[in-house]
Amino acid sequence: MSQNNRLSQGGRIDRSRVLTFTFNGQQYPGFAGDTLASALLANGVDVVNRSFKYSRPRGITAAGPEEPNAIVQLGASEAAQVPNVRATQQALYDGLVARSTNGWPNVQRDVMSWVGKLGGSFMPPGFYYKTFMAPASMWMTYEKFIRKGAGLGRSPAESDPDIYDHLNQHCDVLVIGAGPAGLTAALAAARAGARVILCDEQEEMGGSLLDSREVLEGASATEWVERVVAELADMESVTLLPRTTANGYHDHNFVTLHERCTEHLADTAADAGRAGEVRSRLHRVRAERVVLASGSHERPLVYANNDVPGNMVAGAISVYLRRYGVAPGQRLVLTTNNDHAYRTALDWKEAGREVVAVVDSRANPDGDRVKQVRDSGIRVITGSAVMEASGSQRVSGARVVAIDTTRFVVTGKIEELACDTIASSGGYSPVIHLASHTGKRPQWREDLLGFVPGEVKGMHFAGGVQAVYALGETLADGARAGGEAAKAAGFDQAEAITVPSVEACAESATSALYQVPHEKPTLRAPKQFVDLQNDVTAAGVELATREGFESIEHVKRYTALGFGTDQGKLGNINGMAIAARCLHRSIPEVGTTVFRPNYTPVSFGAIVGRHCGELFDPERYTALHQWHVENGAEFEDVGHWKRPWYFPRQVDGKTETMHDAVARECLAVRQGVGILDASTLGKIDIQGPDAREFLGRIYTNKWAKLAPGRVRYGLMCKDDGMLMDDGTTSCLAENHFLMTTTTGGAASVLEWLELWHQTEWPELQVYFNSVTDHFATMTVTGPEARKLMAEVTDIDLDREQFKFMDWKQGTVAGVPARVFRISFTGELAFEINVQANYALHVWKALFAHGEKYDLTPYGTETMHVLRAEKGLIIAGQDTDGSVTPEDLGMQWAVGYDKPFPWIGKRALTRPDTAREDRKQLVGLKPKDPKVVLEEGAQIVLDREQKIPMTMMGHVTSSYYSPVLESGFALAVLKGGRNRMGETVYLPMSDGTTHEAEVVNTVFFDPKWERQNV
Amino acid sequence: MSEAGSETNVSNVAVFDTHPAEPIDAESPLAWSRQRGLVDAAGGSGQVSAIERPFLGHLILRGGAITLDEAVRAELGINLPGQPLGLNVDAEGSRSVQWLSPDEWLVIVPGGEEFALENRLRERLGDAHFAIVNVSGGQTLVELSGDKARDVLMKSVTYDVHSHGLPVGKAVGTVFAKTSINLRRPSEACFELVVRRSFADYCVRWLRDAGREYGVSVESPTS
Amino acid sequence: MFYIHCPYCGERREEEEFHPNGQAHLVRPADPDSVSDEEWGDYLFFRDNPRGIHHEMWVHRLGCRKFFNITRNTTTYEILETYPMGEQPTITAETAKVRHEQGVQTADGGWQTVGARPENSTLNEETPS
Ligand SMILES: [Zn+2]
Repeated sequence: MSQNNRLSQGGRIDRSRVLTFTFNGQQYPGFAGDTLASALLANGVDVVNRSFKYSRPRGITAAGPEEPNAIVQLGASEAAQVPNVRATQQALYDGLVARSTNGWPNVQRDVMSWVGKLGGSFMPPGFYYKTFMAPASMWMTYEKFIRKGAGLGRSPAESDPDIYDHLNQHCDVLVIGAGPAGLTAALAAARAGARVILCDEQEEMGGSLLDSREVLEGASATEWVERVVAELADMESVTLLPRTTANGYHDHNFVTLHERCTEHLADTAADAGRAGEVRSRLHRVRAERVVLASGSHERPLVYANNDVPGNMVAGAISVYLRRYGVAPGQRLVLTTNNDHAYRTALDWKEAGREVVAVVDSRANPDGDRVKQVRDSGIRVITGSAVMEASGSQRVSGARVVAIDTTRFVVTGKIEELACDTIASSGGYSPVIHLASHTGKRPQWREDLLGFVPGEVKGMHFAGGVQAVYALGETLADGARAGGEAAKAAGFDQAEAITVPSVEACAESATSALYQVPHEKPTLRAPKQFVDLQNDVTAAGVELATREGFESIEHVKRYTALGFGTDQGKLGNINGMAIAARCLHRSIPEVGTTVFRPNYTPVSFGAIVGRHCGELFDPERYTALHQWHVENGAEFEDVGHWKRPWYFPRQVDGKTETMHDAVARECLAVRQGVGILDASTLGKIDIQGPDAREFLGRIYTNKWAKLAPGRVRYGLMCKDDGMLMDDGTTSCLAENHFLMTTTTGGAASVLEWLELWHQTEWPELQVYFNSVTDHFATMTVTGPEARKLMAEVTDIDLDREQFKFMDWKQGTVAGVPARVFRISFTGELAFEINVQANYALHVWKALFAHGEKYDLTPYGTETMHVLRAEKGLIIAGQDTDGSVTPEDLGMQWAVGYDKPFPWIGKRALTRPDTAREDRKQLVGLKPKDPKVVLEEGAQIVLDREQKIPMTMMGHVTSSYYSPVLESGFALAVLKGGRNRMGETVYLPMSDGTTHEAEVVNTVFFDPKWERQNV
Repeated sequence: MSEAGSETNVSNVAVFDTHPAEPIDAESPLAWSRQRGLVDAAGGSGQVSAIERPFLGHLILRGGAITLDEAVRAELGINLPGQPLGLNVDAEGSRSVQWLSPDEWLVIVPGGEEFALENRLRERLGDAHFAIVNVSGGQTLVELSGDKARDVLMKSVTYDVHSHGLPVGKAVGTVFAKTSINLRRPSEACFELVVRRSFADYCVRWLRDAGREYGVSVESPTS
Repeated sequence: MFYIHCPYCGERREEEEFHPNGQAHLVRPADPDSVSDEEWGDYLFFRDNPRGIHHEMWVHRLGCRKFFNITRNTTTYEILETYPMGEQPTITAETAKVRHEQGVQTADGGWQTVGARPENSTLNEETPS
């Protein structure tokens, strides 16, 4: 096929570079510089989609991000699929493959078309809610077919080969939009000395100037653009970002920009010959000031059958003519309520095509452009509008009628004009989206017939976004805003810039027209589309108001107006105007409209950036990680840490199961000696003369008499009396302590100490610092631990000299170490701290000496089993923020008579915390020793009780114990300590019920003899 | 001066020389990264170069500026940074003091000097209220230089790394990817990243990924 | 994404460096044992939830690790001032000028600001548009 609609000359395309692309399986040629939309129009492709609900054929309507119909699925390969791409914004490249998003199985003849034929009576607004929401359970079934039929694009089934990126930017002035206002704003700010970022969503900068008929300083508008862009590009303080959409405006001038880096070149960066480069990039800009110069979108008029291909927004036609050298038809009827749109008639005529008529809703338009059109011999029909388009796959005519806009009636005879294209213009809507992203409501201006942005702190508005449309004024407005923004950012030496002169153009006032009255009432007229993407009609909006929806927010949700991927850029204002007319109210009385980020859809890749794959989340490693990997550890995630979970061995050529490995590791510790990498435990160095006093206030137990060389276990509560963390703290010297915390609590406990010190007790002389990463910690534990330690340390290990809960300094394997005799296993244990850089040396030395004792490395799972056998809790596993020390039976660790009212003390006497029947920590022994209860399983007393059963508590920790040869568990149970020996029941989701006996929490070595050997 | 591994008791605080008396192979926080092939041989040709300066002495000083200033100047020959976010480096560029918070500074000195320095500072500070904490094993310093060093940082930290935001002599604690670092600007030529040991491998993997389009090398001397 | 001035670092930083810590200027009763259960419960659990000016405590978690206070408008998210621990706000909802400029309105049954109680009902009367 040749490009029948391509003009022989003109446009900003490169006719020497022919590109081939495929749309819905058919190959077409285009030129470099085309968008997919301009190339489709050049090739005379009228139908680009089927509509969402009625499956009506749809064509290209607009030329920018507001396009509701030309939404395509992009990508030649599965991995490169991109859904919901606006053909109007997608640059054409060689080999581009696109399909209609809607219209399975094909866009011309569609199995869903029966829906369209049945039409309005079958699918009124609210249809989805009313029909498919009941029964709710069936929605899943309906949805499958509706979605497939309607189509919302599909995500790729294969992983994206491209990389994406974030870039954090800072600037004094961010200018959004590089049209006339944006360019002069950037120039003014940059010349004042500000760091400026200028972004624009189009392939090249210039905005509306790229298709303007106007002359600036005697040169064409595009020549002026080139000059200004070149000047800006030369300035070091200016960053130019073309092909970059400002998608979100967030608090305190944080703006997200989406830059298409290689998307305009090929499916993937590699296909573009730029392998390794970023496909698209999210700029996260913190701007001192923002100049919003986002311009305006032209509103189409709402008339019957205004969705038939060939109906277009007037300005878009000028864009295709002037920028792409494409005339998307032969015979044009222009229907308008304003002067500016007349330029499209002139552009059309200059392209050598026929302008059948300009239909103007105003009685006496007399502006300069109107005169120009009349002078060129074009017929102008006043006081009238296109009431209805004829044709089905393409416009074949326009039915024109005189109208009375105030009474909303047709007043004359209908005239049928033969044409293939209808351009409509209902005025302009400022692109206020970003100004409303932080919740600022826009203001309706009846004099301007549009919403203008509300005041936003730190944001300046320039040009069309505040309904300044005349080119000369727009340029001046941009220069003003840019200068003001620079000044506000601290550059007050701003010199005023000279704005190019533009020939003034007298304009007659625009009239308020949104929906064109039809000879039939709206509800019976052919469909008059308001939101083309979501198939919302004027009748639908009217029906919504009749059903009692009076706020535009409700009307929108009822009709789905504005809920498409285009966010209703073309339809929202018309919808509000129609609702207002039906409700006999003004537009602001019906409500304002607030847009949310993002302005246009952003790919997940750009949002994620580099935070994916193995960089999705940090992985923290201990100094011994390498050894663990080399020795086959399976790892468990604990916070960000990778901790060895267990160390399976190879037995008879097979890898041990987790159960077998853990049983072996447990027995090794109980019978020989094991070693654990405990480096992840939080470690906080506490120094100062008031360190001891501080500990007494923050822990529940007493610290006044802990001597240097001694260690104590402490409980930490919040002031509500609930346990938050636990651990040992060692007295290193009179004014010096080393606190340990749980692995997960390391950062939060340090902040907790700082909180109290900084806010409540700043008079206490004490400092806290994390030494978690500085020291590596290894726990050597088991009956043989002392023998092994004796081989590597110069510390006197005599049980009288180095008692349980003592710490000593010395060397281990030649490395200075602090060794703590504390135990989390119930066995004899030595916890060794060495500077992390020497950890691997010490660890390896222990293994060199440990071979004869079968020194067994164990992981977190074995650690859990061993500590649970001893009834030792893990804060955060056996507690959940609702458990007091008393609930845990740890009254021994509560200093009720300490002088200072320590954190958590007062709460322990509140009636609720003092209740007798609170959930208390107990042991559970399953009646069947083979059963390992599920953690989280609920406990009931009466197994026969009907659902809902009375839940008495739940299992918090549960394992199989190799020394007990039985499953066992810790649990919290209401009034549990008074239920020792009772039988409780644990009903499972599969219908079985486990029986267990309530027992003491210490399952093994109840006299605690083994750790004292 | 105390013997290695022995304990002295100044101001009722237990100081602790963590270095062995006899030389023993130490492993920097990037040892595991090297093991898994994330560290390059010296002399990378990319536009970004990251070089670990391992085994330096890192001390945290806590206390009031007035308390610490004179002692630091006397023992280290460097002024305590007078302003928030200040970084003072000695003439050789091998010793530095960084403001961390109104009562917290990071001192970095050549490896092995830190224990003696701590003792000298403690002696000079006497009974004043202060704290010194050795964190040499817990963090490492990575130098980032090259034409695209700033670009890589822009992908990694939200802080303004332009000279406006981070001029020479400034250092900030900030977010790096999904962890936190101290980001320092000791000279025009380079940035320094003070990275926590357990996050070092993540930071290196991040730098390699973020710098891929410019060509990036990561070096880590083994002694 | 807030841009928050840390009064200790002396410059604005991205929100991701900070962490909010709830209502500012809560004072722990000096002698908890002498307060009633109800008073203790108030201290522990009850917080103001004003529509408008609010004083909040934040911590510069990934920067200088210091706690400080923020005066913030909860409807516009504007941060009006930040100040170190131990200092009092210079901007409060009681200031008529602030009420006007910040468009402060009172929600039904809601108290506008810290310490406002029903007996201070005058605070809740005017609702400038
Ligand atoms: Zn700070």
